[in-house]
Amino acid sequence: MLAKRIIPCLDVKDGRVVKGKNFEGLKDVDDPVKLASYYSSCGADELVFYDITASFEGRKLFSDILKRVGENVFIPLTVGGGINTLEDFDRVLKCGADKVSVNSGAIKDRSIISRAAKKYGNQCVVLSMDVKRVDGKFKVFSHGGRIETDIDAVEWAQFGENNGAGELVVNSIDTDGVKGGFDIEMLKAICDVVNIPVIASGGAGGIEHFIELFENVNVDAGLGASIFHYGETDIKELKNALKKEGIEVRI
Amino acid sequence: MIAIIDYGVGNLFSLKSSLNKIGADSVVTSDKEVIENAGALILPGVGAFGDAAQKLSESGLAGTIKQLALDGKPLLGICLGMQLLFERSFEYGVHEGLGLIEGSVKSLSEYISGLKIPHMGWNSLHFENKCPIFKYTNEGDYVYFVHSYFGICENKDELVAVTDYGMPVTAAVARGNIFGTQFHPEKSGDTGLKILKAFSELAR
Repeated sequence: MLAKRIIPCLDVKDGRVVKGKNFEGLKDVDDPVKLASYYSSCGADELVFYDITASFEGRKLFSDILKRVGENVFIPLTVGGGINTLEDFDRVLKCGADKVSVNSGAIKDRSIISRAAKKYGNQCVVLSMDVKRVDGKFKVFSHGGRIETDIDAVEWAQFGENNGAGELVVNSIDTDGVKGGFDIEMLKAICDVVNIPVIASGGAGGIEHFIELFENVNVDAGLGASIFHYGETDIKELKNALKKEGIEVRI
Repeated sequence: MIAIIDYGVGNLFSLKSSLNKIGADSVVTSDKEVIENAGALILPGVGAFGDAAQKLSESGLAGTIKQLALDGKPLLGICLGMQLLFERSFEYGVHEGLGLIEGSVKSLSEYISGLKIPHMGWNSLHFENKCPIFKYTNEGDYVYFVHSYFGICENKDELVAVTDYGMPVTAAVARGNIFGTQFHPEKSGDTGLKILKAFSELAR
């Protein structure tokens, strides 16, 4: 059976991981390469790297880091942040990314989804979306969740699948940072209409939230950032707990 | 020396890095002489079967690879590279493969329903036959898959391992010195590295 995936997300700025705490036996916690290796050894099924630098120098540094991660970590790597053109896809794929996540770039020019899928294959193209409730409807927000668009999230998910996205990352702005659990209602609405893998994001505060997620929604993966970086939840413990509940995981 | 065959399909960075990690000497090449002198060959591949088969044929390497494999040089096809070992594929039309493994490549969607396609993620291996590249691998070990098409073996002796995705799906094939994995060993963590290690030990 296909295992449910646990995915830590690392925000990288100027060559360093933005969030982080000191793990035992891991001194240089903001070194992306060391942190990636650490997560991989703990049983992370995949890693997501978000490039949150804006400068040219920062971008160059990010490419170097990706290469070093790719030389040392042998699990799938997804890269996002600042992906607006096919050249951006090319740049990160050459550095060892397996999948490229596009968010605001697809809102600005939705043709990038089909163009990238045609050039690199559907399995490479991840449509990432930030979703928030507005007047009882699920709306897509752009620019890291700051700007409201008139795009309906359920329709956007379907548009992504129909145009060649191989996977969706669905982040709930309503639950993000609250640590009260994933947005089950919103994730259900999305999963009901697509037949591609969905990664749930936003709201993970503890092991019980991952159990609740996988028992209630047909998502393929749960993504977390601070819950892992600050050592609140250990990936090994999390996966053991999921297995105990009868949820298929890779241990 | 392992030759990773570069015929213009996909990114070979991870594969090369994983061989470096296990200490196996390798080179990414499209040079016929380098391929002929290599101790073992890896045939990678992503994308569509027809496009890859055409590129392999245009590179002039298809015949060379087939002959070297038939003469006993260890060959490992990965993902689409495994599918290319089969006789034919029905991905967007009918396309000829290398014909080193008996059978055809067909769409998962024709056989399973109610499951997401592509089959993407970590799934466990169940062995049907013994095979030297899995000598360090255990029944039930997880490996990483990304595919929408799969190989159907006509000769059951060539089916090494399956994985469960609504039905038993071909995960690995072998015939003598010729091996294929539908999953990506270079993305399958320590389990994958052990498979590459076992393969590299066969290099002559």
